Amino acid sequence: MEKTLEKLYVDYENNEGNIISLLQDIQNEFGYIPEDAVNWFSVKLDIPASRFFGIATFYAQFHLAPRGKNIITTCCGTACHVKGSERLLNGLIKELDLPEGEHTTTDKEFTLEKVNCVGACSIAPVVIINKKVHGKVSADNLMKEVRKLKDKEVEK
Amino acid sequence: MKNDLLIKICMGTGGLAAGGSEVMDAFKKQLRVKGIKADISKHCSIHRVGCRGLCAKDVLVDIILNNVKTTYQFIKPYMVERIIEEHVINGNPVEEWAVTEDYHQFHNKQIKVVLSDCGNIDPEDIESYLNVGGYDALKQVISTMSPKDTIEIIKKSGLRGRGGAGFPTGVKWEICFKETSSQKYIICNADEGDPGAFMDRSVIEGNPHAVIEGMIIGAYSTGADKGYVYIRAEYPLAVERLKKALNQARQNKFLGKNILGKKFDFDIKIKLGAGAFVCGEETALIASIEGQRGMPRAKPPFPVYKGLWEKPTVINNVETLANVPYIIRNGAEWYSSFGTEKSKGTKVFALTGKIKNSGLIEVPMGIPLREIIYDIGGGIENNMAFKAVQTGGPSGGCIPADLLDIKVDYESLAQVGSIVGSGGMVVLDENDCMVNIAKFFLQFTQSESCGKCIPCRIGTKRLLEILERITCGKGREGDIELLEDLANDVKATSLCGLGQTAPNPILSTIRYFRDEYEAHITKKKCPAGVCKDLLSYVVIAEFCKGCGACKRVCPSSAISGEKKAVHKIDPDLCVKCGACFEACKFKAIGKG
Repeated sequence: MEKTLEKLYVDYENNEGNIISLLQDIQNEFGYIPEDAVNWFSVKLDIPASRFFGIATFYAQFHLAPRGKNIITTCCGTACHVKGSERLLNGLIKELDLPEGEHTTTDKEFTLEKVNCVGACSIAPVVIINKKVHGKVSADNLMKEVRKLKDKEVEK
Repeated sequence: MKNDLLIKICMGTGGLAAGGSEVMDAFKKQLRVKGIKADISKHCSIHRVGCRGLCAKDVLVDIILNNVKTTYQFIKPYMVERIIEEHVINGNPVEEWAVTEDYHQFHNKQIKVVLSDCGNIDPEDIESYLNVGGYDALKQVISTMSPKDTIEIIKKSGLRGRGGAGFPTGVKWEICFKETSSQKYIICNADEGDPGAFMDRSVIEGNPHAVIEGMIIGAYSTGADKGYVYIRAEYPLAVERLKKALNQARQNKFLGKNILGKKFDFDIKIKLGAGAFVCGEETALIASIEGQRGMPRAKPPFPVYKGLWEKPTVINNVETLANVPYIIRNGAEWYSSFGTEKSKGTKVFALTGKIKNSGLIEVPMGIPLREIIYDIGGGIENNMAFKAVQTGGPSGGCIPADLLDIKVDYESLAQVGSIVGSGGMVVLDENDCMVNIAKFFLQFTQSESCGKCIPCRIGTKRLLEILERITCGKGREGDIELLEDLANDVKATSLCGLGQTAPNPILSTIRYFRDEYEAHITKKKCPAGVCKDLLSYVVIAEFCKGCGACKRVCPSSAISGEKKAVHKIDPDLCVKCGACFEACKFKAIGKG
């Protein structure tokens, strides 16, 4: 970890970085914002860790806990909302058996997230599965896709 | 005879989601396989193009054979072979896959300025933009015009900020120009946060160089030497194309030191947003670029006097900037010939929701709303009844059916309690509950409120609580008045635009759909059949064929019944998900 952080520090210094870009880099590297990484930078840059956490919790993009191997993002924009995104979301929670209030399954295979709008409204409702955008999603098709991913995990 | 072949494949976010890259691969493969026989491969090229608007029919493919264009819709990779065989080799277009009348109707009433090259040029190739006159405006400005001349043209054109507020762009530039600071900035606001809007994403994905060119002209006119594009991280494709375009612009000396050999330095950096709606507000956006929490501050001083790092800063929206090169090239009179007296030019809208032709449209300001919905949009999906159009996202309002003839411009929409906003237009039909829509937007603004000022932080929370109790059947007498009262207070006392406009969806739905609120509160009924807690599902015995479709889709095993016998829903087990309602082909599920 130390080595990676050193590298990020050099990038930060070279690119007149700020806390947001630094947090984005940390997240790109680790998939989330580890507390140790924040503490390391806090000492290195002499910026209180609270400033980092203040920013990390302000923006929706930052995650303070590790996420699952598969990331499913349901769009909850207006167009998706009127086309039934809420039902897709509830279906996914059920299918993935997510514990109440959690976003990641206990086996860390899946993380379910909401996004305000991905701007693909004319193919609403939209679900993004591992960065691939799926448009005009029906509950049936979506569950099939998710089950395919589940089977893959079992095969391994 | 020599064949001249050009194939254009729609590969915006919509096109890609529908399988655009697979279609492109299929074309490449088929051309390779058939190439020798047909002897056309030498003269053909395949282009990726950005969004052409009608994303609902993706993947759209143009085949331009000897200058005759045929457009195909809903193309899948397996269809490519037949198109190549019959159309390209034998010269007979595959009629059954070609676009139909509604595709042309969709385009007929539109006037494309900003979108004129979107969907035509390859957004990842600067040559493609240069071939259609790209960067000519910049060359003209730098070699023959002073900043003052340029500002004068933009002022004359009547261009107003397309991000929502509608401030005259030329005036903003002029104020910045007159500031004497040695350091000035120009920022392109691409933090398109309104849910239901994707104009800026499409413009950047389809024609990133127009935005860059507009920004450089803006920098020249205002004296800025550094630019930032603040763009949402949720738009990965737009970010990638913008990065490529910036590099190409640098290689062509449109950015960097001594641009086009003149004493003018300017460069642009990309700043990725981190997912906060409030950062679309300009002072919050500035805080975010500076690396802080994106919280707005009081205005004045406006950013054009004291902006990024306290320096004069011009902030323009993507669409505003993309208009600039076209205005310079064609003249202020040309641009102001479109639109109404106070709202000049064209506006891009994202037409979505329950509409047949959903997609991206560009229309002259002042066009009647009815023409957008019925001529361009083709009417309501599934022949349902039109209920309202929601414009301006969480800051906007609803326009009901009896106002369909109003003109779409800044002033007319404001008069009926809505706004043009950034350009989202979500069409709602008889199955949409207006109280639910208001609640949806309040959930959004409440969770996006930055928390700095009390009216917004607590006011939106209380407003949402009232809406929640109304939609779950616990509404009280006087709740409507309470909502109105509180909404007006939040509007009047919030610090920034987010709070000042957050109550708009409530006020406008109460104004036009008060009866729906009343039905929720007094009758405990949701007339549109949306609010779960006020609904119950039953099997209508006379229509039920006993096919079992409902039973199979029911997630909570609440439906029972023998084959070919009338089924039954157990209200205690029913979770009111509506799956049975949609699964039944015989309209035998009733809700109410």
